[in-house]
Amino acid sequence: MLQSIEVSPEPRVIPRVVVPRAAAAESRVATAPDKPCIIATHLSAFFGDTPAIRDISMVVPQSAVTAIIGPSGCGKSTLLRCINRMHETAPNTRVDGQVEILGSAIYGDGTSPTAVRRHVGMVFQRPTPFPTMSVRTNVAAGLRADPKSRLARQNVDEIVEEALRRAGLWEEVKDRLNESAMTLSGGQQQRLCIARALATRPRVILLDEPTASLDPLSTQKVEELVYHLRETVTVVIVTHNMQQAARVSDRTAFLLAGELIELAPTNALFTAPKDPRTEAYITGRFG
Amino acid sequence: MKTRLARHWMSGAMIGLTYLAAVLATLPLLLILAHLIRKGAASLSVAFFTHMPGPVGEVGGGMANAIVGTLILIGIACAIGLPIGIGAGIYLSEKRSMPFAQSVRFLSDVLNGLPSIVMGIFAWTLLVKPVGHFSALAGGTALGAMMIPLVTRTTEEMLKVVPISLREAALALGYPRWRTSLSVVVRTALAGIATGALVAVARIAGETAPLLFTALGNQFWSTALREPIAALPLQIFAYAISAYDEWHAQAWAGALVLISIVLVISLAARLVTRSKFGAPVD
Amino acid sequence: MTAVPAEAVPSERRRLKVDEAAIGDRIYEIVTTACALVIPALVIAIAIAIFAGAWPAFSKLGLSIVTSSDWDVQAGRFGAAPAIFGTLVSSALALVIATPLAIGVAVFLSEFSPTWLRQPIGFLVDLLAAVPSVVYGLWGIFVLVPMLRQHVMPFLRDRLHLGATPFFSGPAYGPSMLAAGVILAIMALPYISAVSREVLMAVPRSQREAALALGATRWEMIRDAVIPYAKSGIIGGIMLGLGRALGETMAVTMVIGNRAEISASLFAPGYTMASLIANQFSEATSDLHQSALLAVGAILFVITLIVNAVARWLVWQVSRDGAV
Repeated sequence: MLQSIEVSPEPRVIPRVVVPRAAAAESRVATAPDKPCIIATHLSAFFGDTPAIRDISMVVPQSAVTAIIGPSGCGKSTLLRCINRMHETAPNTRVDGQVEILGSAIYGDGTSPTAVRRHVGMVFQRPTPFPTMSVRTNVAAGLRADPKSRLARQNVDEIVEEALRRAGLWEEVKDRLNESAMTLSGGQQQRLCIARALATRPRVILLDEPTASLDPLSTQKVEELVYHLRETVTVVIVTHNMQQAARVSDRTAFLLAGELIELAPTNALFTAPKDPRTEAYITGRFG
Repeated sequence: MKTRLARHWMSGAMIGLTYLAAVLATLPLLLILAHLIRKGAASLSVAFFTHMPGPVGEVGGGMANAIVGTLILIGIACAIGLPIGIGAGIYLSEKRSMPFAQSVRFLSDVLNGLPSIVMGIFAWTLLVKPVGHFSALAGGTALGAMMIPLVTRTTEEMLKVVPISLREAALALGYPRWRTSLSVVVRTALAGIATGALVAVARIAGETAPLLFTALGNQFWSTALREPIAALPLQIFAYAISAYDEWHAQAWAGALVLISIVLVISLAARLVTRSKFGAPVD
Repeated sequence: MTAVPAEAVPSERRRLKVDEAAIGDRIYEIVTTACALVIPALVIAIAIAIFAGAWPAFSKLGLSIVTSSDWDVQAGRFGAAPAIFGTLVSSALALVIATPLAIGVAVFLSEFSPTWLRQPIGFLVDLLAAVPSVVYGLWGIFVLVPMLRQHVMPFLRDRLHLGATPFFSGPAYGPSMLAAGVILAIMALPYISAVSREVLMAVPRSQREAALALGATRWEMIRDAVIPYAKSGIIGGIMLGLGRALGETMAVTMVIGNRAEISASLFAPGYTMASLIANQFSEATSDLHQSALLAVGAILFVITLIVNAVARWLVWQVSRDGAV
């Protein structure tokens, strides 16, 4: 990657990043962002006394894909995990600041982390299907998180089919719904996890390097489905692959050492970054 | 002092000794098994499982009451040992290296090593002395107390193997902690936990000492929990030290049945968990 | 794309505040903690039960329980010295026999064994721990004791002329301290072997390779580099085996002869604390008799508690993750 991008003395460099699909959405991106979905205000997260992210304030618009990029250890995953209050599930951790999702503050007295997580879907780097459950039971697993909710009483089979279709997996597994989830390939398992996250019809879905452990073909399938998800869901995707960010996202945030350096429409960030550090990263000077 | 050749001879000799040790160590088991099969199979028949003990001196008869008694005692022991053992195992796997968990783990191992007759004394003090008579309940309690450290340890080991990523996936779905632990982590480890429980059952099924003055043994058919009850190991013991050849033959048959059960369970457990340490059925 | 019905935003706001999960978590926490608490509670309860029951005997008989050899139920004298002596001697004998064998097997399995043989032999040795005590006793009565009486004891006494020493003197009835020692050795072997195998395999490759690079023979490498490294773990394993031998009841009762006498000879029958309790408890006549037996039980409890605690502590020091 480093070899393919030339560093020239001029301040503005056009990196060889292919931006095919984003071109179609350019018109949308060029206008002002839609209604905000997620608003982070002075967000900091700590492991013990060490801050992993410092004083981040950003807005994530609805029905769009926002990518978070940055070098290893910059706090991308930590930021993501603060949005659904997963950061605090690790021992000796702390979060300062506030996050609002669709107008509701998620940190504060009386707010339940479990309830937050029910309304926000998450997919991790490695596929994590529940090994003792079938494909169908895996997808429906989220419905059992709160047995009292309206969702739990609806027709499970319909919900499972809808989620699998949205994840682009239905055709491949519709005859294998009762088989163990472990019989699927790696790429299929990851799409299964996406279907599992979608089954509860969340308004927000968080993806933490979802294609990092997948082969190129599966990666492409996942990227396509993420691209289409924007019509109905707000997506935040963490990726260490800049080309991926350029392919699928509408807006991109660049993090460095726990701080938000720049947040801009994707095309703008990659073609005309405002901050020299952003430029250095996307031209491959470090990372 | 030592020439190179002498040292190599010495090395070879010592290595040979370890081979010898391996042979000598595996020999007793094979000898005992061979003897059991030979002596036991001769007296084993369907009648062994269905008949009651015959009068002194008569050929035939069986250990039906002892077999049923052992099953009942195992049932009581499991009712006590399994819930507590699994619960404690879950606790230890979640609290890992916290100080209280460390002491519980340590005490569990210590409890494991206590002589089984001490467990019998404990159950006697608790359940026999106050009421003045022996009972199946007392015997089952002694065995149940012995099961607790065994089940605790195997449960904890099996739960530790479940990857953290599964727990995170469940939490991210909005599962509360308790549902995460039960519906996902424990459920994933269930096969291993069940195997550990089975191994613990195999271990206590063969215990005699804790039953000597709790369940006591019973020549007649009895399934009452508050009465003395027969048990396979007790019966084997009583027959073995008796003076009658017919009873000796029965003792061999009983021993063969007992060890077959224990061996089958141990072998199955090995296959299921493929323990890489090969730790003994402790 | 199918139209996705959206969750109403106002109810989301409300829902974020309610938390029934906390109640479930609380109950879960309480139940698992209670289960864990049972274990220390059990240890304490056992200690209390035994010492409370033993107290009358201790207060009335004092140290005579330990020092006197006079066990006379009718007269109310309960000297358990032969039983204590027997427990210690039989266990020591068991260790003398079992330790070299167990370490030998462990070294064989960790260093020399062909890979295909490792699992089966390891399994067979470990299986020794699964055989019930009463089955060992049965085999002991009808196979081991006659073999000792007819072949081994005469061999030791006459052929090896050990009969001249006090340790192998006296008539060779069969049931004896020697028989108990041999059976206990077989029963202790798997424990010593399993722990030793574990710690030997945990010795890093670098230690072995360094010794070999310096020109040591394979045996010298093991003697000088591997075993010293694993020493405390092996000692822990030996103590674990000791703990087992001290507490063994049935197999010993069936082959030791159950005679309350202290003798220097291994051919003589003897007694152990566990078999004393096993033989007499269910028929104990007087309260003092019962209490004296409980006192013996208390002594056994304390000895095995200490041995096991030290053993586990030693093993914890060297094992990989604190549990063998």
